[in-house]
Amino acid sequence: MNVTIHSAMLPQDDPEAALRFYRDGLGFEVRMDVEYQGLHWITVGPVGQPETSIVLYPPEATPGLTEDERRMVAEMMAKGTFASINLAADDLDAVFARLEASGAEVVQEPTQQPYGLRDCAFRDPAGNLVRIQQRD
Amino acid sequence: MARSPAAEERLRELVTLRRVRDRIDREYHQPLNVEALARDAGMSAGHLSRRFKAAFGESPYSYLMTRRIERAMALLRRGDTSVTDVCFEVGCSSLGTFSTRFAELVGVPPSVYKQRHAEATRGIPPCLAKQVTRPIRNREARAA
Repeated sequence: MNVTIHSAMLPQDDPEAALRFYRDGLGFEVRMDVEYQGLHWITVGPVGQPETSIVLYPPEATPGLTEDERRMVAEMMAKGTFASINLAADDLDAVFARLEASGAEVVQEPTQQPYGLRDCAFRDPAGNLVRIQQRD
Repeated sequence: MARSPAAEERLRELVTLRRVRDRIDREYHQPLNVEALARDAGMSAGHLSRRFKAAFGESPYSYLMTRRIERAMALLRRGDTSVTDVCFEVGCSSLGTFSTRFAELVGVPPSVYKQRHAEATRGIPPCLAKQVTRPIRNREARAA
């Protein structure tokens, strides 16, 4: 058995802003952009790693959500408590500089953590926490 | 699926509050205070404190001090910095306030914490000591 992680789902509420962060800031390639009734499902991923993707999805299109739940999800995204992802990079400082220069919101400069790893953190435009650690 | 103006306004406020919280995470070691945070967010200090607490469950001041004390715990465990130096390094300007809030959160004053920790990890390899003493956010000490 060989199971890989194929795609992770992160919510987005502004497709253009999401592309600026993941494509222009982080340098990911855009693998698919599915549009349906004005909503976008955008598949992005690191160049050279076609087997792993992130799908930036519109959470309001999730079937079976009540009006209250839809509002709650939007509020949790706005306050930054809904979703997050951890990435790793060979050159953390270069990735940090590039994302910062793209105008992304910095949450934490590259920092040596007391538990051993060195990492930084950003908010993506939808409020997701994107933490990036230095790969050994 | 269109949102009402009131709902849009509410989301905008939450984004503002999130940015204040992220800024505390980023700049906690600087001499931040609630007045400056509020001014930059375009709110009065009282309004920011109330809305932040309603959104995140604690006031911005409390969140700032929690971040500082988490960092202080890590520095004290390292063992090579005095309590006074740690207090200033994490952005506190008053040793008294720092020690009081530290004791509230951790259960013991910083001096005792430093001493106990030096004993607790003596003989343990540093890489392992790091793992087992990793601070856990927002877990306050239980009342004695």
